[in-house]
Amino acid sequence: MTRIAKRLLPHPHLTILLVIVWQFLVNRPTPNSLLFGLFLGLVIPFITQPFWPNRPKLRNWPKVAAYVLVVLWDIVIANIIVARIILFKRNADRHPAWITVPLELKQPEAITVLAGTITMTPGTLSADVSAEGHSLLIHCLDAPDTDAVRDEIKSRYESRLKEIFE
Amino acid sequence: METLLELLVVIFLVTAGIFGFVGSFGLLKLNDRMSRLHAPTKATTLGVGGVLLASMAHSVLTEGHLSLHELLITLFLFLTAPITAHFIAKVNIHQFETRDSLPDAGEDEIWATHDIEEGPTDAETSKN
Repeated sequence: MTRIAKRLLPHPHLTILLVIVWQFLVNRPTPNSLLFGLFLGLVIPFITQPFWPNRPKLRNWPKVAAYVLVVLWDIVIANIIVARIILFKRNADRHPAWITVPLELKQPEAITVLAGTITMTPGTLSADVSAEGHSLLIHCLDAPDTDAVRDEIKSRYESRLKEIFE
Repeated sequence: METLLELLVVIFLVTAGIFGFVGSFGLLKLNDRMSRLHAPTKATTLGVGGVLLASMAHSVLTEGHLSLHELLITLFLFLTAPITAHFIAKVNIHQFETRDSLPDAGEDEIWATHDIEEGPTDAETSKN
């Protein structure tokens, strides 16, 4: 019984996400749109199954929620910090720098999330990944102390992602 | 209640305007290519976010129901902004950075953008 359910519902989280997103797209949820959302949520994961062969298992949902909140907060702070640098710092006083961040994360999905987070947060931008995916190349808008930036990325984001993905 | 909502809409719109302006101003003011990329990826997020929040508050105010499209736009924006930035950064590395001008790539020794076989030059490809 569970095996049949697994065949028909290969990705239950994606099903739930699709149903919710469809309600948002419709903008005024009705029983009708709920039914169609459910239909999409059942069909799309089934059809797209071959596209995600080794997807990582997320177990720790409270940690995922905590991570999303931390990142959202950091995005607001990032905007204010970058705005301050743009408006009030002369170009000559700024210290743009490249930083190499060695990665402990292994899964491509986790590295993608980390790279996206780095781009959205204070004064940093992920520019490239090394040939085998063992380090990230980050550009800093204003980093007098590059080691501190690297340590903050590792302790604030990477350690949390490690707990979520591994 | 209505005045409060109107005030909220105004506050969101003004904040959004300021951050949108700062993002565009940064494009002009910052003086190297990679730094210029910071301005649109960051300051604009709050700029667009503010407009969307104002739009949600406005739909509650005038139509009496909560519009949810804005949340989706925010979600898609957060997903796509880093990817566009990444593409632009890669183009910049392709065109202006060499293997020596970038910092050490750690144990892999080379960054992915430079990890390509030497293909035919532009002149050769245009001949074909």
